[in-house]
Amino acid sequence: MISKLINRKILTLLKVQYSNMLEYRVEIALWAISGIIPFFMLNIWTNNNLNESINISDTLLSRYFLCAFFVRQFSVVWVVFSFEEDSLMGKVSPYLIQPLNPFFRYFAQHLAEQITRFPFALIIAFFFFIFNPESIWIPNLGILLLSIVSTFLSFLIQFLIQSIVACLCFWTEKASSIERLLFIPTLFLSGLLAPVVSFPAYVKSWIYLTPFPYLIDFPANLLSGNETNISGGLIMQILWIFILFPLFKKIWSEGTKKYTAMGS
Amino acid sequence: MVQNIIDVKNLSKSFDISSKEPGLKGTIKHFFRRQTKSLKVIKGISFEIKEGEIVGFLGANGAGKTTILKMLCGLIYPSEGSISVSGYLPFRRRENFLKSITLIMGQKQQLIWDLPPIESFYLNASIYDLDKFEAKKRIKKLSEMLEIDEELFIPVRKLSLGQRMKSELLAALIHEPNILFLDEPTLGLDINAQRNLRKFLQKYNKETNATICLTSHYMKDITSLCKRVICVHEGAISYDGELDLLLKKLSPVKEILIVCRSEEDAIKLENSGFTVKNKIKNEITIKIENNSITSSLKTILNNFDIEDLFINEPPIDEVIGKVLIKKDYDI
Repeated sequence: MISKLINRKILTLLKVQYSNMLEYRVEIALWAISGIIPFFMLNIWTNNNLNESINISDTLLSRYFLCAFFVRQFSVVWVVFSFEEDSLMGKVSPYLIQPLNPFFRYFAQHLAEQITRFPFALIIAFFFFIFNPESIWIPNLGILLLSIVSTFLSFLIQFLIQSIVACLCFWTEKASSIERLLFIPTLFLSGLLAPVVSFPAYVKSWIYLTPFPYLIDFPANLLSGNETNISGGLIMQILWIFILFPLFKKIWSEGTKKYTAMGS
Repeated sequence: MVQNIIDVKNLSKSFDISSKEPGLKGTIKHFFRRQTKSLKVIKGISFEIKEGEIVGFLGANGAGKTTILKMLCGLIYPSEGSISVSGYLPFRRRENFLKSITLIMGQKQQLIWDLPPIESFYLNASIYDLDKFEAKKRIKKLSEMLEIDEELFIPVRKLSLGQRMKSELLAALIHEPNILFLDEPTLGLDINAQRNLRKFLQKYNKETNATICLTSHYMKDITSLCKRVICVHEGAISYDGELDLLLKKLSPVKEILIVCRSEEDAIKLENSGFTVKNKIKNEITIKIENNSITSSLKTILNNFDIEDLFINEPPIDEVIGKVLIKKDYDI
């Protein structure tokens, strides 16, 4: 019954946010294009024959970076910036006195944006295959489904991390500056610039204990068909969600006590 | 017997405020050693509000009216004291409590800017667990009461301020709350839009017996909606009672302009013992105490040849203005 009600709320939120996102389709196309950093990295790797050092073929490497692009398209999160702005402008106040946690709104906003991005991401992939026909492959259905699940889990981890940071707005008005600190490990350790397998062994063992490689590296390797520990990766993703969710709930509950409703 | 729906006892709220001296030296000092002090903005106030009452909160800017409303609706935590609204502790924000209240802040909006208001209405309806049929029924009823129709389908960004405010009201009332917290709801609206909004609130209160707590700097909002006012001065209550009683106390006399048929009659009236404010030819302005207006007018009409007379009420803003700068009004 409760889950039915929540689903109905989320579904309506999703529909409304999707209509809202369609108002910004040009911006979304530009955002999708702006996410092509993995293709630049692919170029750097192949032009310098760096893949030889980690025994990955050109084809597998290009598939990896294409999948990294896809995973990034469907797991990118900006909730800290939205919440910070809404908090400073006093827009959070009406949401706080509604019987739905305001983060559901942001959650729906992100999902709606991902749906809007999808066709643009496909177009970019189409052009990628035109220039790299040797990279074309069809993943089997099981792997494809697991990759979708893994990408969604990656999105959840990033959403929870940023939501925790966003809640710091209750103590400091500029929580986004803390997010910028997190951006550095996210960039280097997530697999966006280089597959984690390319790091030295002793660094890798530490990296795998953090949530970062499960944001892009694991789902991208899974989808591209590279060798990866599927069950281990999924367990780690779920584990991080179980660690982050109670932390978010605690910080949210403490933070709202500190809320001063400034700007409203 | 009408029940108390809001019960506030010894309520206080303090905020930590950081201060900075001007100039580069002040900035550097502020960077390394931030000085904060606790500022008590609400100082141990107590009051009760009965179900169905419309109460106006009056006070100068920064007096603490909005902070009181924010605590009543559970938006901010009180530092000391207790609040009970519909039997709930507001700051716990229980679902049933949230479904029974609404907060409307003038110029602050919850409608989605790029979409028509109808989308926000259906969204709110699902947040408050209303099914589509019920939501449709309520949107129809409220839009008729608010006299909005085509506006429901035009993107919010293209609506005028008055149309937006009406839509905001509809969005905030779709769950039919029985307690309304209104923080300057007519701010920025033109005279007609203000009047329509007041008419709507009166009607809503009459039809649903909803309790309304209102702050406004427009005295017309207060005088046409509220029988009772709570005056807040520097975080404390300086007056809590009937508005009429306050006005009588603050303005015990009325000015009456009398136009006599001749200047001789005006001179006779001037010397008949009334308090005269001024006299110009055959026009004379006298001051009469509120409780003797009928008898005094009777005497004047019977004994003098009068062409016309006008009773001048003192401007309400001027009268209320006196309350906003005084600590205590004991009536």
